[in-house]
Parts: sequence; structure tokens; C-alpha cells
Amino acid sequence: MKLDIFLQQVPDGDGTWWQSLASGLQWTLLVALLAWIMAFALGSLVGVARTTDKRWLTRLGDTYVELFRNIPLLVQFFLWYFVVPGLIPSVKVWVTTLDPTQHQLVTAIVCLGFFTSARIAEQVRSGIQSLARGQRNAGYAVGLTQVQTYRFVLLPMAYRIIIPPLTSELMNLIKNTAVAYSIGLTELFFRTREMGEMTFRYFEAFAAATLIYIVISMAANRVMAFIERRVAVPGYIAGSH
Amino acid sequence: MRRFITTIITAALLGGPVAAQDLGGTLKKIKDTGTITLGHRESSIPFSYLDDKQQPIGYALDLCMKIVDAVKTELKIPNLKVTLQPVTSSNRIPLLQNGTIDLECGSTTNSVARQEQVSFGPTYFVINVSAAVKKSSSVNTIADLDGKTVSTTSGTTSVPLIKSYEKAKGVDVKEIYGKDHAESFLLLADDRAAAFIMDDILLAGQIANARNPADYRILPESLRQEPYSMMLRKGDAPFKALVDRAVGAVMKSGEIEKIYAKWFTAPIAPKGVNLNFPMTPVIRDAFKNPNDKGV
Repeated sequence: MKLDIFLQQVPDGDGTWWQSLASGLQWTLLVALLAWIMAFALGSLVGVARTTDKRWLTRLGDTYVELFRNIPLLVQFFLWYFVVPGLIPSVKVWVTTLDPTQHQLVTAIVCLGFFTSARIAEQVRSGIQSLARGQRNAGYAVGLTQVQTYRFVLLPMAYRIIIPPLTSELMNLIKNTAVAYSIGLTELFFRTREMGEMTFRYFEAFAAATLIYIVISMAANRVMAFIERRVAVPGYIAGSH
Repeated sequence: MRRFITTIITAALLGGPVAAQDLGGTLKKIKDTGTITLGHRESSIPFSYLDDKQQPIGYALDLCMKIVDAVKTELKIPNLKVTLQPVTSSNRIPLLQNGTIDLECGSTTNSVARQEQVSFGPTYFVINVSAAVKKSSSVNTIADLDGKTVSTTSGTTSVPLIKSYEKAKGVDVKEIYGKDHAESFLLLADDRAAAFIMDDILLAGQIANARNPADYRILPESLRQEPYSMMLRKGDAPFKALVDRAVGAVMKSGEIEKIYAKWFTAPIAPKGVNLNFPMTPVIRDAFKNPNDKGV
């Protein structure tokens, strides 16, 4: 294994292989961050919807989760990138006005956002359902509306309980961004493959990518652990130590 | 590690009694195991691909079978076992180097960069890297693509070619990547890209399989010519000589005309599509003077 390959110029590109991987990493982080924001917001809404007393809302939420959970991620990328614009003429018109790179970025964020939101919704639901029934009833008893009960009683505790599975979800999301190579987004995995195929130094390229993915996933893990400690309620479940 | 093993093998060969025939390398491996393993592609139409019965067929495989025949005669193993191993553009070189396959029969460009890793047999096809466009578009030359989006397949030699063309001619095109040729072509078919830049024969294959083949054309311009050839392990002179002799004989005898016609100007499996790709002068020249020059 010779590391000088990382300092060699990319044929007819700008910069070295090391810089090429670094630019891929930027895309990876950007997609992960924006998809996480989307997934967290959507996932929370759907998760809450599945625990309300409105039967139709619960059904709708269940359908949403099953839809996005049961289709392989690679297939979902293909659907969002090729099939959706092909089926809906107005989307196609809009897509052709977009810069192709922007289009890939938007597709990757939307696809990963929906996929991850279904998984977060499932965790938010289980977090709320793990709380004692009395908490909800206590909320109603002191005169809070359903919205207020969720906002001030149920969700603050539910989110604290589900921080560990949410951490795994965030780490999964970071690793899942690699699938965006399939729509040609030049993220880290795309650059790694490109480096392998153009220099035949697969071992070096993939060793570097492995290391980078481990480092960013671990960093996400540490950040979530920090948040978990900061928001812990003394004397209550996992947060206590 | 490889050098270490080579040293040991060399030492063993030198130290032991001198064999009647000094085979070594691939030929020795074939003789010892009674098996030759050919690497083939799964969708490089018409060079090396799977038919509707999932059997590997193609122009490159036909030529490789000529090499297998020569190996049988040379080693006097009439019942030599032929194993077929699928390979991809990413793993074809590593699998050849580690001995999983003995000969790669696909659509591999013979490039100077690759010659540092592997050897090549005689050039059996010469492609032009060109652009497929829709007939309805106003694009007539590659320079007309200035300011437009073009698609290409990631990991192929077309990627650095477009970039160097842009720099040389001062044109500005935006590249988007499909992960395989079918997806890159889909980007053109959906009007997401104004052109698909790739080897002309592969473009012809995509067009022949498109819903409306008459809608597309390949620009007569060429970004670069690239020779295709079979790959074998580097530094294996006896096997290389056998490959050159076997394929060279097919080319000199004119038998190649029949094999070429079978794959490029006649309907081929699985759908009975005709690629309509008659022999170009450059290809004819490569058959007249068999060579393994890379680009």
C-alpha cells in the first residue's frame, strides 16, 4: 500500500485524488445533514399521527411507514430520479430547468429523507407508546388540549427515550448516502469507485473511504451521546448516570 | 507478496530437475489443473454477454475459444475443461492478477496505463469515442454541445476524455453520470442530457435496443480511437506468444470476416437485433497487421 497515490493528479481533472475524495465527502455531509433535517421533521409528524385517537390518521401514518420501509433504498433512488419525472409531466418540465447537479442533490435528499423518516416515525411511535398511559390522561386532566399534551408532556419524554435508536438511524443515514452514487451524485463513494477504476488502486481508495466513513459515523455517534447526556432528566431511565 | 511468491516459484523451478518443457506461468497452471478459466462480461453486447439462457456468448468469446483450441493442441489436452467466470469493469484486472481468471474476453480498452498492470492480445476491435444525439436536436458536432448537459457512464475512459476536450476547445459542457450504459442512455432518451458520450459500438447497441431506434444518430466525430483486446497476465511470454499466434492466424486467414459479420452485421441473440456496424477501415487495418499497441 503506497500512499503517494493520494497526492497524484486526477487525469484531466482539477487537483489530486485526495482532494477528489474530500470534495466527495462534502457532498456526503451536505446530503446527510439536509436529509436528516427533513427526516426528523417528517418522521416526528408521522410518528405522532400514528399515536393519536384519530383512526384515519393512524392508518395514513401506518401506510406511509410501510411504503417507504418495504422498498429497497437502491430502488427508491431509481424511482425518484428516473420514474417520477417520467410519469409526472410538470415535474419533468421543472427538472429539465434545474442544473443537473442540483437535481441529483435534491433527489438524494428527498429520497433519503423519506426513507429515513419512515424509520424515525416508527421510533417516535414506539417512544410515545412506551410512556405510561397515565401521562396522557394526566395531561388531559389538567386541561391541556391534545396538541398541548403532546408538546409539553409526551414528546419531551419520548424523544429522550429514543435517542439511542435515533443515533443508529443517523449513522445509518450517513452510510446510506453512498447509494446516491447510483444517480451519479459525486459523493464520497462515487469518488472512491472513480479513483479505483481510473488508477486500479482499489485497495488504497477503499481503505481511505472506509476510514472516512468510520470517522464521520463515530463523530455522529459522539455528538448524539453528548446530546443525550445534556438533556437527561436526573433520576429518569437511561439518562441517569 | 506477489514478488515473494514469484521468487519462491522461480527458486523451486531452478532448484528442481529441469522440466522437459519449460512452461511456467499460465500454460503451466492450465496443464497442472487441466482447466482454463475465461473471464466474461454480462452485458457488453456484442463482445461478451449473456444470452436468454444465461450462457456467455459474443465476439470476444468466439475469439477466445480459438485461443482455447490452440492451448489444447499446444499442451495436448484434448479434453481441456473451460470454466467461465463473470467479471465486471471494476474487478476484471484484480481477478486476472490473482489467478482467478486466465484470460479476459470482454470489451477492454488496451491502454498504456493498463499495460503497466496486464498484457493484451492482438487488437480485435477499434472503437471511436463519440456522441449519440437525438435526430430532432440541433447538435451536429461535439462543439455544438457547448453549454449543454451530456451523460456518460461513471468509471469509463470517456470521463477524462470529455474533460480534456473541454479544456482544449474551450467549450463548457456539464457531465452527468449513469451507473451503467442503460442508465446513461435513459438520461438521453428522457431529454435530461443532449448527448450520451461513449464508445460508438456501445452506443449502437443501446440505440438498437431503444424503443425508437430511428430517433437517434451517432455523430461522425471522434474524441479518440481505442483498441479493444483480450487481457492476460503481464510478463508471461509463452502464453502471450500463443495468444498472438492463435488470434493472428484467425485474422490473417480471413476467418475473422465471418466471425465479425456474425456479431456486427447480422441479428444477434437474445432479441435478434442487428447492430448494423460494418467493419471500419481502422478495424480492417488492425486485422491486416495484428498488433497490441495501446492508447
